[in-house]
Amino acid sequence: MAPADSGTAPAATVAEGLTQLTTHVGSPPERETPSRPGGTSGASRPAPRFPRRTRLVRLGRFEIKAAPYVFIAPFFILFGIFGAFPIGYTVYASLFDWTLLAGNQGFIGLDNYTRLFGDALFWNSLRNTFGIFVMATVPQLVLALIIANLLNRQLRARTMFRMGILAPYTTSLVAVGIVFGFIFAERYGLARYLLDVIGVGEFNWRNERLPSWAAISAMVDWRWTGYNALIYLAAMQAIPRTLYEAAAIDGARPWRQFWTITVPLIKPSILFTVILSTIGGMQLFTEPLVFNYGRIQGGSGRESQTVAMYIYERTFSGTFNVGYGAAISLILFLVIILVALVNFTLVRRSIRTTEE
Amino acid sequence: MTVQSTLERPAQVHRGGRRPRRGVGSRLWEASPLTYFALVIGMVLSVFPIIWAFIMATRDSQSAYQIPPPLLPGGEFSENVSRVIDAENGIFLKGMLNSAIVAGVITISVIFFSSLAGFAFAKLRFRGRNALMLFIVATMMVPTQLAIVPLYLIMMALDWTDSLQAVIVPFLVNGFGVFLMRQYAVAAVSDELIEAGRIDGCSTWRIYWHLVLPALRPACAVLGLLTFMLQWNEFIWPFVVLTPNNPTVQLSIKIISAAHYTTDYAMVFASTALAMLPLLVVFVVFGRQIISGIMEGSVKE
Repeated sequence: MAPADSGTAPAATVAEGLTQLTTHVGSPPERETPSRPGGTSGASRPAPRFPRRTRLVRLGRFEIKAAPYVFIAPFFILFGIFGAFPIGYTVYASLFDWTLLAGNQGFIGLDNYTRLFGDALFWNSLRNTFGIFVMATVPQLVLALIIANLLNRQLRARTMFRMGILAPYTTSLVAVGIVFGFIFAERYGLARYLLDVIGVGEFNWRNERLPSWAAISAMVDWRWTGYNALIYLAAMQAIPRTLYEAAAIDGARPWRQFWTITVPLIKPSILFTVILSTIGGMQLFTEPLVFNYGRIQGGSGRESQTVAMYIYERTFSGTFNVGYGAAISLILFLVIILVALVNFTLVRRSIRTTEE
Repeated sequence: MTVQSTLERPAQVHRGGRRPRRGVGSRLWEASPLTYFALVIGMVLSVFPIIWAFIMATRDSQSAYQIPPPLLPGGEFSENVSRVIDAENGIFLKGMLNSAIVAGVITISVIFFSSLAGFAFAKLRFRGRNALMLFIVATMMVPTQLAIVPLYLIMMALDWTDSLQAVIVPFLVNGFGVFLMRQYAVAAVSDELIEAGRIDGCSTWRIYWHLVLPALRPACAVLGLLTFMLQWNEFIWPFVVLTPNNPTVQLSIKIISAAHYTTDYAMVFASTALAMLPLLVVFVVFGRQIISGIMEGSVKE
């Protein structure tokens, strides 16, 4: 059955190698069965007709087995070195009294963490991060939903609107920080002017907590609302329109259709953006930094210093405390997971799906 | 249930001389003047800060203090730009050049490695395929930015700080790229194509290079655009690992703005506008692809 020179390789495997060679690589094996009348197992497959090619075939078989791993290896190697290893190393570094100035002074167990819990500056930064996150995310996602709903119609100049809405996404966080830093300039600035026009008083945009949070949230919203709107739009376009027709016949007004059909059916996308916004928002760094003219402390009284900024301040200035910076990073990581889970649950519960 | 009821009552829906393809619900899809009005406002709010940066870039610094703020361009653009180029020992042009190199190399690498791995995950059978793909998707959710401290220590150990490889090498692959390519390859590359290649005696590499990669070209374009934009705008890691001697474009405008914010607004805005310009051009030319990339990338998640 198998060619005589198949050597130590069992006949079945060679035959299997051949079948693999001559059939689709990605197709399920069931599809091959009809073409092999009477053949029920690999061993009873017809012998290859070209014995001379067997060596080549064996080489080819190895190549077929190995190639996928070779193709995916670059990702895993590079991610391992520059993604996974640093994350693991963060845990390690956080357990040491380690500054770049004094070097590694040895293992101190959880001291960095206990110190963290008594660190008022850390709690301040966590509070700022939360405040900005809530002020930025809630209006952003609601606005994105509304915009997506508007875009999901028969529009003239559809691409123009979509591009206009997405344009902020092409700008860099630094550019956003510079431009909005100027819009929210003290004493002059566009925001001050507009608020003057409508008769609202003056705000200290950098050295007061709520105004600085609002200004930074405005930047975040400006850059991300359109992006989220397009993600929602993509999901909305997948909803069969017959659902709306049925609801309209049943007398549901558009607003009700929006809440009972659209929102529940794009729930996966909403959850996706909630998770993304949580991960991004809790790591907020560039916008507040540039907004505060590059001051890593945020405002003069740290009014808008986020946790990510505080990590940077501890790690790359002062004593360059690598161990402490690593400990804060890990705590922030846990906070992100926690907040993402809470948000995920909250949003999932609050959107009723049709089956419920 | 609701779907069925529609299907059972098509006559009712189409009664009254309506065109057959439009039902009662189609009112929902008509854009009223209010829709256009709201969208135009949304668009103006989105685009205005960008245009405004360009307006300020063409005026003198005194315009910054004008009340009401000016909305028309002035004639100072070339003077402002020449001050940008001279600022901080030519940091701006150096940053532009560095960013072009960094973003270009990363874009090519991400396209290459992602299409290679995406093809393998979509069309080749191997042990552990699903588990490994799941792992890659999971890496997309990990905030790697938090590992910046050890990453910096690695760069110090490699003596790469302040060099371009420090901002290139960690970004040569990413999970999103592999995921996007896999999703696209599942549909765009037919099994018959690969089978034909096998029969002709092609190695897996040759199948990838001659058959799969051409079929993946549209996805490569989208991934390339998104990657280039992301890298051009990257700030935190360059800020940590590079110095003003060897900046990327974002670092250079941050340095310029921190140094001249209160003294020369016009120049700060000129540098910001120039730094935004390449991506705006890319966006105007390839806007459709970028939009479809964002929309399609999201639906599948």
